Amino acid sequence: MTATIPITPVTAAGAPAPRSSRSSAFEYLTTKKDELVGWGRKFSIFPYPFVTACCAMEFMAVSSTPYDTDRFGAALPRFSPRQSDLLMVVGTVTHKQAPILLKVYEQMCEPKWVMAFGACATSGGFYQNYATLLGIDRIIPVDVYVPGCPPRPETVIDGIMQLQDRIARQRHPIVNDAF
Amino acid sequence: MRDAILASLREAFAAPAEASIAHGTFVVALAPESVVATATRLRGEFGFDLLQDVTAVDWPRRALRFDVVWHFYSTTQRVRVRMKTAVGEAAPEVETLTGLYGSAGFMERECHDMYGIRFRGNRDLRPILLYEGFVGHPLRKDYAKEHEQPLVPYRDQQ
Amino acid sequence: MSIELPSPVRAAFDAESEDAVVVNIGPSHPATHGTLQVIAALDGEKVQRVDVHCGYLHRGFEKECESHTWHNLMPYVDRLNYCSALINDFAYCDAVERLMGIEITPRCRYLRTLLSEYSRICDHLTCIAASLMELGAMTAFLYLVMLRDHMYEHLAALTGARVTYTYGRIGGLARDLPDGWLARLDEILVEFYEFTGRIHGLMDRNRIFIDRTRDVGAISSADALHWGFTGPILRSTGAAIDLRKDMPYLAYAELEFDVPVGINGDNYDRYYVRMREMDESIRMIRQLVGKLPQGPICVDDRRCTFPDKQLVYREIQSLINHFKLVMDGPQVPAGEVYVAHEAPNGELGFYLVSDGSGTPYKVHVRSPSFVHMGGLHKLLEGYQLADIIPTFGSVNMIGGECDR
Repeated sequence: MTATIPITPVTAAGAPAPRSSRSSAFEYLTTKKDELVGWGRKFSIFPYPFVTACCAMEFMAVSSTPYDTDRFGAALPRFSPRQSDLLMVVGTVTHKQAPILLKVYEQMCEPKWVMAFGACATSGGFYQNYATLLGIDRIIPVDVYVPGCPPRPETVIDGIMQLQDRIARQRHPIVNDAF
Repeated sequence: MRDAILASLREAFAAPAEASIAHGTFVVALAPESVVATATRLRGEFGFDLLQDVTAVDWPRRALRFDVVWHFYSTTQRVRVRMKTAVGEAAPEVETLTGLYGSAGFMERECHDMYGIRFRGNRDLRPILLYEGFVGHPLRKDYAKEHEQPLVPYRDQQ
Repeated sequence: MSIELPSPVRAAFDAESEDAVVVNIGPSHPATHGTLQVIAALDGEKVQRVDVHCGYLHRGFEKECESHTWHNLMPYVDRLNYCSALINDFAYCDAVERLMGIEITPRCRYLRTLLSEYSRICDHLTCIAASLMELGAMTAFLYLVMLRDHMYEHLAALTGARVTYTYGRIGGLARDLPDGWLARLDEILVEFYEFTGRIHGLMDRNRIFIDRTRDVGAISSADALHWGFTGPILRSTGAAIDLRKDMPYLAYAELEFDVPVGINGDNYDRYYVRMREMDESIRMIRQLVGKLPQGPICVDDRRCTFPDKQLVYREIQSLINHFKLVMDGPQVPAGEVYVAHEAPNGELGFYLVSDGSGTPYKVHVRSPSFVHMGGLHKLLEGYQLADIIPTFGSVNMIGGECDR
């Protein structure tokens, strides 16, 4: 039987958390606060469909009946990066398109997430040549990779659900690292 | 009826060009100087009203490295013609056909992008499929397929 | 992180050189159907000059093809016009078969014709759905995409994939029809009339739709030919030019169908020509289902058709045949050929150059969308800024085909 090791709460920076955050009532409050914000965010995703290629066909299919991203709150596309929080990169991104992708990503406000929709956005797909950016994670950070060429709508929905889990698990410090 | 048209084309363009029929298409191979004159004849006299395609083929071991290839189609007679000419690497230039066909504009830009063929008289040879700052002509046989020229620096190199 | 981002294109004009407002539309834009950039010089709302930039989806198709075998590059061919991937497959296979001197079996010929028309319906549905959605008709989009989804699932039952099928093979097809496929086809064709009946009811005499599309983006037949337009755009100007009638290939010579033409060459005509073309496609499909002969799918020619798997396991000659076909590719005799099919966008041509080996020397695609982009300024200049959207939607630029 291993000895139990007392766990000292730490902040994100690694320093021990202040004593007041160790009360369980306080931690219950912060957990519930995080869950509430996560719940609100994950069910109201505003995607920016950065559509380039063939995956657009499956994007159109997943947005409409019978697959319907509206069930997940993720239906309303916002074609301005300022108003959206999920950048769905749908299709191949070439080197010519890369500056535009980076510009759109930088124009989005926090919190923002990125979904690499399809094999080409994930790794360049099977276009391993001079023209293609071999994976959008070379220029922007990606949260969820949806494989497929193009992915079936069910795969996309699985990706959205995994992203929702990720969003729900995030911590949201409001005042300081502890609260 | 198509055979009659193909035969008459063969007669009209037999000299000094090389004329043949391959897979149902009339093919005429000529010198670069005769390109515009031949195209004008095809369009005016023979009614080839659609320019379908302008492209090039790279034969690196040949003396005249590039074959520039045009495809024409006559909507009235339903016949196709392929016109070819050969240019060398040192001076890969031909006359433009934008005076005869508007559709030649974009197609010549692509040919210039991919092979480096210059079309005299086409004032707009900006990159169309490639981007500003791309060096080289990718469809030439000596351009390596994986040789990328990224515009945006990668995240792991900043 | 803020770095100086270079502009990948050089505009033909800019704000200083033009005495007008210069607006940039795209290449990431909801209504550009993919990646296209239109730089427009405006006088108020009126478009004076337009500079069209494509190439944002240039994925190096031709260069990729030169390092694959004639068989292996089929998935790349699919992804040219991804809305009607089967037509790309069959046009390419036709070109290789012409070079090799192969004649496909009758069943394959009829099936390829049937599936080409089916793909044409999928493409026109996508085009009409997207262009109507941009005008605000969201209901029409949902109806048409639902119908298209049923077709995708149906094609997935046959080929294994919904959007990009890689179903064509040199000398034949990948596999034969499964049981019940034709029965389901019948059901979908009946459903088609129900859905498109609703679209006709919503759109054809809709005041707003007519105001936004009639006399907008109009072009004459002579101009259209000069700028290289083919397909529904050329037919909407009144010119009945269709490769299926003019230079029949596959089984089109044996079918009865009309070629719908428009009057003015404007957006409304293009919408209506596409709707009527879908009706004609269904007429052809019904005839083909009646005429479909029994027999093998693939031609019995060891130069391109894989031997039966059981023979590959048991006989050395089949094993070596299979090995050579996979590793070296089918040996296509040296020569060149240009073969064009009537794709939903216009004339889709493949110019193949072979040096006698199993790897192509050159695979060039004559893409209708690319040529149309060269003439797009004729449709946009002189109209309003808001007209760019329906006009562009009616031209149906497919990025994969345009930029290759």
